[in-house]
Amino acid sequence: MANTMQFDLVSPERSLASLEATAVQIPGADGDMTAMPDHAPTITTLRPGILKVEAPEGSSEYLVTGGFAQINGDALSVLAEKAIPVAEVTRSHLDDLITEARESHEAAKAGEDQSIVDDAAKLLADMEALGTHMSL
Amino acid sequence: MPNLKDLKNRIESVKSTRKITKAMQMVAAAKLRRAQESAEASRPYAERFNAVMAGLAASVGGSDSAPKLLRGTGSDDVHLLVVMTAERGLCGGFNSNIAKLARAKAYELKAQGKTVKILTVGKKGRDAIKRDHGDLFVGHVDLSEVKRLGYTNAQDIAKDILSRFDGAEFDVATIFYSKFVNVVTQIPTAQQIIPASFEETEDAQGDDSGAVFDYEPSEEAILADLLPKGVATAIFSGLLENGASEQGARMSAMDNATRNAGEMIDKLTIQFNRSRQAVITNELIEIISGAEAL
Repeated sequence: MANTMQFDLVSPERSLASLEATAVQIPGADGDMTAMPDHAPTITTLRPGILKVEAPEGSSEYLVTGGFAQINGDALSVLAEKAIPVAEVTRSHLDDLITEARESHEAAKAGEDQSIVDDAAKLLADMEALGTHMSL
Repeated sequence: MPNLKDLKNRIESVKSTRKITKAMQMVAAAKLRRAQESAEASRPYAERFNAVMAGLAASVGGSDSAPKLLRGTGSDDVHLLVVMTAERGLCGGFNSNIAKLARAKAYELKAQGKTVKILTVGKKGRDAIKRDHGDLFVGHVDLSEVKRLGYTNAQDIAKDILSRFDGAEFDVATIFYSKFVNVVTQIPTAQQIIPASFEETEDAQGDDSGAVFDYEPSEEAILADLLPKGVATAIFSGLLENGASEQGARMSAMDNATRNAGEMIDKLTIQFNRSRQAVITNELIEIISGAEAL
């Protein structure tokens, strides 16, 4: 059994990481999950959160928002709309994201579709939780 | 026959024109490298995205529950043409080629009795289409203030288009941009983005197609979530291709201009030397015939 898998993290603007990883914790839309080599093929959408990569050379963390992950036994690709290495994240990054989420929440509240309001509220809560989690 | 002073002035002015075109060519070359790099950096995302979407679309696409963005509105009476061009000119046929393609498409659709709406991105395309189809414009996106093209620019355009789609303003959307092949070749391209069509691309992970994926939350939910992102992704790669094409076109146009200026300087210099020689010969004849007359 292989004990590493190919991990790729790409955003529309650049490719952030491409390495051999032993385990990757993904903030899936339905909850966090950890993908290890030989995981069943899965495609999941992401909620805003922290992506943790464990590699033989050491672990790294990225802040990701929006997009999806494709798990495929020996390879894992994460396509995120925004991805920033955690070390580079500042409070202002987060504030921008929270403001954006809050705006879409307000916009959704003005509309009629209740499910969108819930989604937006969840997004906002996710964003704020992220700030607390990272103790920024 | 122009006198010596006129010729001298013209040579000087062509020389400074050559300096300007030479400088523009070098600037374009430097920018081209950057534009090409960002176009290449965005390719893995677009390729994987399309590969996944193609798989999803194939499995959900047939059913009636498929999202509107994939299935279409059921009619194709109103077309939205999104024409993406540059903000600046002096880049050869780049802008006019895209405009020509869009114009032809607009005429073709009109002839079929469809309603056409045009959204322009970039000033030059707007100017080029205004005369023929100015009455069809529904909006314009100005990118002249944008220094470095980011994904957020594409998201803004996508948001605009999607809100129009939700407002049932059109049935089919097509984007027009120029595909970058190399410095001398750019191909004006039309690509339909709504309803989305995904080509099965030969991917590095070609063996994917055999695997059966679990979907979280569900295939439909993922598709509904990702389709709007697909619009933004398509626009972003279009914009980047355009950026590289623009610089490539400008580089070769300015290279030609520099060469033409050089040829013109050579020709004018020969003319200048000949007229100077003629003036000298004339003076000599006058002196000699004056001396002989004595």
